[in-house]
Amino acid sequence: MNGAREEAAAHAPRPGPPLWLLLELTYRCPLHCAFCYNPTDLGSIGEELSTDEWLRVLAQARSAGAVQLGLSGGEPLVRKDLEAIVAEAHRIGFYTNLITSGVGMSESRIAALKEAGLVHIQLSFQDSTRAMNDFLSSTRTFELKARVAALIRKYRYPMVLNVVLHRLNIDHVEQILGMAEQMGAEYVELANAQYYGWAWLNRAQLLPSRAQLRQAEEVTMRFRARVDERMRIFFVVPDYFETRPKPCMNGLGSVFLAIAPDGTALPCHAARMLPGLSFPNVRQSDIGSIWYDSPAFNRYRGEGWMKDPCRSCAERSMDFGGCRCQAYLLTGEAENADPVCQRSAHHHLVRQAVEQAERTASGSTGDTESPELIFRN
Amino acid sequence: MMGEVSSASRPSIRERFRLQWEPVQAAHVLLYPEGMVKLNQSAAAILTRCDGATTVADIVADLERTCSATGLGPEVCAFLEHAVRQMWLELRE
Ligand code: SF4
Ligand code: SF4
Repeated sequence: MNGAREEAAAHAPRPGPPLWLLLELTYRCPLHCAFCYNPTDLGSIGEELSTDEWLRVLAQARSAGAVQLGLSGGEPLVRKDLEAIVAEAHRIGFYTNLITSGVGMSESRIAALKEAGLVHIQLSFQDSTRAMNDFLSSTRTFELKARVAALIRKYRYPMVLNVVLHRLNIDHVEQILGMAEQMGAEYVELANAQYYGWAWLNRAQLLPSRAQLRQAEEVTMRFRARVDERMRIFFVVPDYFETRPKPCMNGLGSVFLAIAPDGTALPCHAARMLPGLSFPNVRQSDIGSIWYDSPAFNRYRGEGWMKDPCRSCAERSMDFGGCRCQAYLLTGEAENADPVCQRSAHHHLVRQAVEQAERTASGSTGDTESPELIFRN
Repeated sequence: MMGEVSSASRPSIRERFRLQWEPVQAAHVLLYPEGMVKLNQSAAAILTRCDGATTVADIVADLERTCSATGLGPEVCAFLEHAVRQMWLELRE
């Protein structure tokens, strides 16, 4: 087993630079989303990197060729040094993107971020709080987002909204889009929850039914036709409804590098769950050697690690066998084909999850078998 | 704003884009939200001259001088039109 791993690493092709760098500055967050993609064992994560350590990561990643920078979390605004990190990133040539829930944004902070060179903000509607009404009706959440949206426009940022969809809010896509329009959104991404982290624990509660999905897509198409160029809407279907997997991260270790709050370097922010890999930490190694030489980053490069059906599949250079985390979560082995693929021997697991969602949505199981929603705490 | 590219227009890179030289890729790149285009040499030669002050006529003249070539006008204009359609550039008169 180990021998096979080393061989795979030895045959892994040398990748291009880590063009996309994501810094998860903190896992701290004032919100408690039921589909948070952060790890579920937050207690076991080490101490957050200091300002100087983040600046060192930026410099090393930049010399390794990183150009796009995402700053996320948790809620990145929790970090008081966000402005300093943005300023340095901008100065050394990163294109800076902030991914925020808006909690903690004020006029003085957005002014300072603009001054520091921040070029892009994505406002996320991820906080479907305990009371679904709060998300949908014009109460606290709406007021907060509307206030932040106004600041984003005032400081001449493109108004980009990201809304995570799931069974409990997908029937309200029309209202959600109406709200986005009211906020002056230019781009809206309606992204169905992906089933990792907290969302994985809540999958039975969050996966929509086929009918809900179809309905939401129709509403989106009508809305799109009405608003035309003014507001561009992307609708991302949950991949459980597909028959081919997504080319996740373009293959692990090909362009994307994430650094977790404690300095752990990951080829995808969900990858910490993958077994048998020890992910390097920026406290011990520099970005160049992490990216090019570490066994964890080489593990799933190229095609040497693949098993059947992927190994001999004509589509393997298009989807790279899908998502390793999804393969591991559903089949227990990361080397298997992503079970979203119809050719996977485990595809029935995905179908069963969808069927269960159908039953729960129509109430025909009496809901006794589905557990309560677990909110991130 | 949008308009046609004429010899008097003064193109500039839109605020949301960032044009820079990348040593690691040995190329100029244009960065925008969640994306990047790697530019070939002639595209880079044109875009780096789009500073919002220089006219298309002057850009063409400057390129012809540096490349010791003549008659580059149509090619440059075609690329500029493409860049305007891609929303990389805006034009001032
Ligand atoms: S998904 Fe929700 S709880 Fe998780 S980091 Fe984002 S805003 Fe916070
Ligand atoms: S078998 Fe593997 S490579 Fe082929 S389409 Fe399915 S996931 Fe992709």
